[in-house]
Amino acid sequence: MITTYLFYLLTFLAIMFAIRVVSTKNPIHSVLYLVMTFFAIAGHYVLLNAQFLAAVHIIVYAGAIMVLFLFLIMLLNLNKETEPHKSVWLKTSAVVASGLLLLVLVGALKGASTIQATNTFNPNIGLIENLGKTLFNDFLLPFELSSVLLLSAMVGAVMLGKKSIK
Amino acid sequence: MQALTNRSQVVSKKEMTLIEKMYLPAIFSGMWITFTHLFKKSATIKYPEQTREFSGIYRGQHVLKRDEKGAERCTACGLCAVACPAEAITMTSAERKPGEEHLYREEKYAATYEINMLRCIFCGDCEEACPKEAIFLTDRKVESFYTRKEFIYGKSILVEDKNNPIDLTKRQTPDVKGFKLDKNYAHNQTFDKNKKAKVAGHH
Amino acid sequence: MGLEFLIYKAILVLIVFSITLLVATYSTYAERKIAAFLQDRIGPDRAGPFGILQPLADAVKMFMKEEMIPSVSNKALFIIGPGLCMLTACMTGVIIPWGKSINIGGTDYPMQIADVNIGILYLFGVLSIGVYGIMIGGWASNNKYSLLGAIRASSQMISYEVAMGISIIALVMVTGTLSTGEIAEQQHGWHWNVLVQPLGCLIFVICAFAETNRAPFDLPECETELVGGYHTEYSSMKLGLFLFAEYINMFVSSAVISTFYFGGYNMPLIGRWVHDPNWLAILGFVFLFMKIVGFIFFFMWVRWTLPRFRYDQLMNLGWKILIPLSILNLVLTGSWMMRHEIMAYFAK
Repeated sequence: MITTYLFYLLTFLAIMFAIRVVSTKNPIHSVLYLVMTFFAIAGHYVLLNAQFLAAVHIIVYAGAIMVLFLFLIMLLNLNKETEPHKSVWLKTSAVVASGLLLLVLVGALKGASTIQATNTFNPNIGLIENLGKTLFNDFLLPFELSSVLLLSAMVGAVMLGKKSIK
Repeated sequence: MQALTNRSQVVSKKEMTLIEKMYLPAIFSGMWITFTHLFKKSATIKYPEQTREFSGIYRGQHVLKRDEKGAERCTACGLCAVACPAEAITMTSAERKPGEEHLYREEKYAATYEINMLRCIFCGDCEEACPKEAIFLTDRKVESFYTRKEFIYGKSILVEDKNNPIDLTKRQTPDVKGFKLDKNYAHNQTFDKNKKAKVAGHH
Repeated sequence: MGLEFLIYKAILVLIVFSITLLVATYSTYAERKIAAFLQDRIGPDRAGPFGILQPLADAVKMFMKEEMIPSVSNKALFIIGPGLCMLTACMTGVIIPWGKSINIGGTDYPMQIADVNIGILYLFGVLSIGVYGIMIGGWASNNKYSLLGAIRASSQMISYEVAMGISIIALVMVTGTLSTGEIAEQQHGWHWNVLVQPLGCLIFVICAFAETNRAPFDLPECETELVGGYHTEYSSMKLGLFLFAEYINMFVSSAVISTFYFGGYNMPLIGRWVHDPNWLAILGFVFLFMKIVGFIFFFMWVRWTLPRFRYDQLMNLGWKILIPLSILNLVLTGSWMMRHEIMAYFAK
């Protein structure tokens, strides 16, 4: 009962904040609203009994990535004066592209409503023990591969950050 | 260059050893030093309730002394004002009228005598310059005020109370007394146009 | 989940909150006193006997001071900044197990607000959000010093969170749980985690200093370079909240260090003399409190002993020394735990 209300509240908040992310002029406000959106989504994870995912979501996205974003935007000192004016051509193409994306999303959702859940939902799947076992048994290869991907990204970042490559 | 103390150390820029690079031993020894200070006697005193002991020859607020009969000693000669490196002393002189003998010791006296306590550096040169043993520094502290005007002390504050003379025996060490009476010093010499006063030597 | 349960939790939250505030308040007094003692001084002694009313006087002063909001600042964010700082500082106290549960009339009342099964992750989540208060406050002030202080604070906290996280992973491997309640329970008697994880403990303590922005890592508010750091433009109680949040953080990190590595509410040998579980629980709280006070003293002792790091030294220490050390600790711990399997492999 309470969870239903919480679900609607969190959904409302997530959508509201997401809209504010796009609609605010100030990029700092944008980032902060995005952080709020992440919190609302983390709330959804908790409702799904996936506390681990919720915590990691907050630590990684809100705590690390968004801080770095904020960092960058603060140093860039973006404001209304320095905002470049975009041409009409660019604006129209953006409208068309996002309209097409909306169409695709609506079409996909329409198709999704007919799919039935094949296996019953295990409410404990999100707990950390189960998650760990699943990750290191069923999905070991993708898990390790993704870590290699992250490692290569790190190496690439270090290479880019170096002043000169000899 | 000769070392002034035996505590000086030559700074060496040698490579640090592994233990030194870890910093932890240095940190712990530093922390031990501060820890021992927890048990040391505090150097602070609780000021208004406790006061530090003053030296007998502490140089504080000035006093203009009276002689044994209660007459002011100062003759407004201006030597103190000349001696003052901070130019804190100003005075105007006046002639003693008949019937004022009990007030002023000699024929000339200081009608006004002001010391600006904000300028004064309490060096004691005025005291040394005074040929009449009129001005002395005492072990009293100069109070604090809110305006600059109040720091200019006039005769009403400087001249000692007739019934409550200020004890200066601590300042009157044999050295000081000898200095005051020594004929070699300028302040004790008789005025002579042709003869230049000897410069006061080291005492 | 009945009404009684909710009321009990609400009361517990209130108690923990007020204890946190009280301890933080008196930490300001203790800081000044300890600084004085370490420097052969007396310290505040005018307000009340031994100056114990000094925090009250400070609080009154903070409230009565004129509130200044810079006209070029971003007002909403300027106000949110210190509030967020305070909020995240208070939120961490939730997962600290203050003692074993007290049994009153057949019902167990745990002395922990929320024994969540991801306690350590929760702690990290809150810690990582803690940067926002400082960053928002520093940026909204529209002042170069504030911005530089905020950026220093956030980069410092992000850097040290990595080493802290890895040192904690080693602890989680040893204890096998993420719940703070269970970690405290496992350390009964002499089974303190510091004996199992000495290197991890050292790294965690160093990182805790950096996370709370305490000396020798107090670069965000480094007076010699940045005036007041991120709170340069703040005045009155908003400044008070920033300063207060630092003391709450210190209290909570002391509690976390005691719980994770120094036995939490456990005390060796006490079980021999005291047998009543309720008394044991209350004594456990007292022991934990003593440990926390000891660590707060340690924090202050370090602050008044060590000079501040230079910024490049801070980053070198974080990235080039603490992170490799914590990874080494992780590998060593893992090898020790798997030693039988490894031996069996080589024997074959």
